Amino acid sequence: MTATQEVVRREQETVPARTREQAPLLRPPVDIYEDSQGITVQAEMPGVSRDRLNVQADRNTLLIEGEIALDMPAGMEALYADVQATRYSRSFGLSSELEPDRIEATLKDGVLTVRIPKRAEYRPRKIEIRSA
Amino acid sequence: MFGTLSSLAPGIFDELRRLEDEMDQLFGSVAWPMGIRAVRRGTFPPINVGSTADRVDVYLFAAGLDPKTVDVSIQQNLLTVAGNRSVEANQDADYYRRERFDGEFRRVITLPEDVDPERVDASYRDGVLHITVQRREAARPRQIQVN
Repeated sequence: MTATQEVVRREQETVPARTREQAPLLRPPVDIYEDSQGITVQAEMPGVSRDRLNVQADRNTLLIEGEIALDMPAGMEALYADVQATRYSRSFGLSSELEPDRIEATLKDGVLTVRIPKRAEYRPRKIEIRSA
Repeated sequence: MFGTLSSLAPGIFDELRRLEDEMDQLFGSVAWPMGIRAVRRGTFPPINVGSTADRVDVYLFAAGLDPKTVDVSIQQNLLTVAGNRSVEANQDADYYRRERFDGEFRRVITLPEDVDPERVDASYRDGVLHITVQRREAARPRQIQVN
């Protein structure tokens, strides 16, 4: 979390009447790994269906967002809540060797997998050593 | 393009927004006493519990679970959910972040006393395990006729 986000979050906790735009955001936990072909981000966003998911990338930033929709009966009262917001949001800076145009994203059982390939010239090549 | 879309279905986005607002109000501002079985915040999986006159709804936010490996049991009003959420590690890759929970979990939830342990239903969708427990008839508010 960046310093700015931290400040924003603290301010919200002291202000009881929140507008929608200032509503607290959930920060999905992620695994990020790199292999020879690219970088993969796996984010947990339980409660988010495909149509309520938003994955955006430009040259510099990858943004993942989603909104939780639960099947709730009418007139329900909360007894306990670990999850106290309905929107997930998290963004990551990209670097120039990645190809944001060829990003692939899949969502399964609340796990979002985003695959960002590396440009061909940045993929490591195995150099054959010939014996003299 | 978007103009056409929204004019075709004027109500649907409003409806979604209303749902969200309702959820935010419902779960966003509760001051509940801490239960004796309460665990540290951030324990996997996060849980929300809501109640109506006729049932109690428990939501476990556990993405990427195999429902067959989850054990849901209830004894009187104690609901226990245990399982194993394994995150497949890519052996050929270098990890920069590993924030996802990996391993066995178990959570015990104290439900209201009037729930009926015989009538429990569980379903898994979009990474949320939703358990509904019906309340006993006797505990529900009844309309009494005045003659």
